[in-house]
Amino acid sequence: MSQTSIALQPGNTPFPARLLGWIKSLQYPLLGIAGLLALWWFGGWLIANDPDTEAFAAFAPAPTFDALVYLVSSGSLWQTIGSSLYRILTGLIWGVGIGVPVGVLIGYFSRAMQVSNVPFQFLRMISPLAWMPIAVLAFETWDAAIIFLIVMASVWPIIFSTAHGVKRIDPNWFKVARNLGASGPQMLKRIIMPAIMMDVMAGIRLAVGVAWVVLVPAEYLGVTSGLGYAINDARDTLEYDTLAAVVIVIGVIGYGLDWICAQLLQRFNWHVE
Amino acid sequence: MGATITLDYITHRYRADGPTTLENIDNRIDAGERVALIGRSGCGKSTLLHMLAGLLLPSEGCVRINSHQVTKPSAKWNMMFQKPSLYPWMSVQENAALGLLFAGMGKQEAARRVGELLDKVGLHDKKDVNVQSLSGGQQQRVALARSLATDPEVLLLDEPFSALDAFTRTALQEEVPALCAARDITMVIVTHDIDEAITMADRVLIMSQNPGRIVSELRVDLPFPRRSHDPEFQTLRSELMTRFRDTDDGLAGRKSDKDDTQKKQPAVRRVV
Repeated sequence: MSQTSIALQPGNTPFPARLLGWIKSLQYPLLGIAGLLALWWFGGWLIANDPDTEAFAAFAPAPTFDALVYLVSSGSLWQTIGSSLYRILTGLIWGVGIGVPVGVLIGYFSRAMQVSNVPFQFLRMISPLAWMPIAVLAFETWDAAIIFLIVMASVWPIIFSTAHGVKRIDPNWFKVARNLGASGPQMLKRIIMPAIMMDVMAGIRLAVGVAWVVLVPAEYLGVTSGLGYAINDARDTLEYDTLAAVVIVIGVIGYGLDWICAQLLQRFNWHVE
Repeated sequence: MGATITLDYITHRYRADGPTTLENIDNRIDAGERVALIGRSGCGKSTLLHMLAGLLLPSEGCVRINSHQVTKPSAKWNMMFQKPSLYPWMSVQENAALGLLFAGMGKQEAARRVGELLDKVGLHDKKDVNVQSLSGGQQQRVALARSLATDPEVLLLDEPFSALDAFTRTALQEEVPALCAARDITMVIVTHDIDEAITMADRVLIMSQNPGRIVSELRVDLPFPRRSHDPEFQTLRSELMTRFRDTDDGLAGRKSDKDDTQKKQPAVRRVV
């Protein structure tokens, strides 16, 4: 799919006006962030001023940001993030590698959908974390076990979204392509895949969300790196400011991953407004 | 180079135990000829056209194009549908070049070939535009360019202009037969519109329904471009209307006839 074919004509708006528009578009998100920070600060103040909970005062914004600055400046954060990103990306690659072909198969062949629907729905409803004991037994390394859990979390939204996309393809597109002499692989490459890319990306976006949520508890498993491990370690050593800083990092990276998915979804959206 | 189409006693049922959709269709369309198939809705015109395109196989009999039996679709016998069914993620040029890419041609060569065609259908300045931003008539022109790009021997048209406005329809009714003539393409169009059939075809085949048969045919020996207000055009229209009524009368008579053997008689064909 070429960029030129789907790109909208860029506007002729001058740069200062566009910049002003961009800043304006940020006012409500910034308001939301400010509200969240205020709520956090208030919660921290309540905790700090209650004798029963004052031991947890480091959860408040100020100590948390101090800890965050330390984590960043000491460089230890990058290795932690790197380990988690490696696991989630590897898991997602497997999820996409399995989910997209299976989704195309069950979306294209209704008999395959009939056969697989019940077992897939059954497996989908099992929490990925429930596979933890089996993963520990089945895989030699902790990393592989965690990646397996990520795959189990991410594969279902990708399969079902892809299958839904294939089912929605206009039957006339197949007829026209056959009429023009398309072979099976050509049909897949030039018709099916571009037609369903939006649905695949929507599935990946959902999968990223689920996988990121599953990652932290999955990293409680035996490993000595990653954001989940960092949280566990901070709790054990009572470093609540570090724990809260890692939570912030998890939220920011999760938001960033979702933003990347949203941009890719937009990139593959062939609907002209 | 146009191709000769032979319809060899085609009979078709969608289900083995279902009603007969087409019965004993036997005809020959010469190379370069332009033929219109007309008949009431459900008479099997589109079914027959799908068989010519290789998108459907008859239960009995066969379609041959230049002595080659049609068993699957091919870029050599292309079909244009009622809906243009363009691919919305592609530009005008990419849509038009698709058949060439399927045939293994390189992108640049395909773009060059298609560029000439887009020029002919009046869309050269829109080659990089996404097809979703085109009007219905422009989209149908892209579909026409796409069908012609592979240099087909046969162009099959399934009511391709029925959803267009009158001006665009009239223009395309003139342009398509001219393009087919210039490229020596055999053309078969399915239409409900008697004027469209006379405007575009050298010969009109009239089909009855339940089951679909070719019951009559009319040769149209008028020079192009044809105008519906010309007296000869109007005479042909009256003749076609009369035959249509004859077809309906015959159908009514046949329906009232309880003798099954009567239904098995070969279709009556009148040639002018």
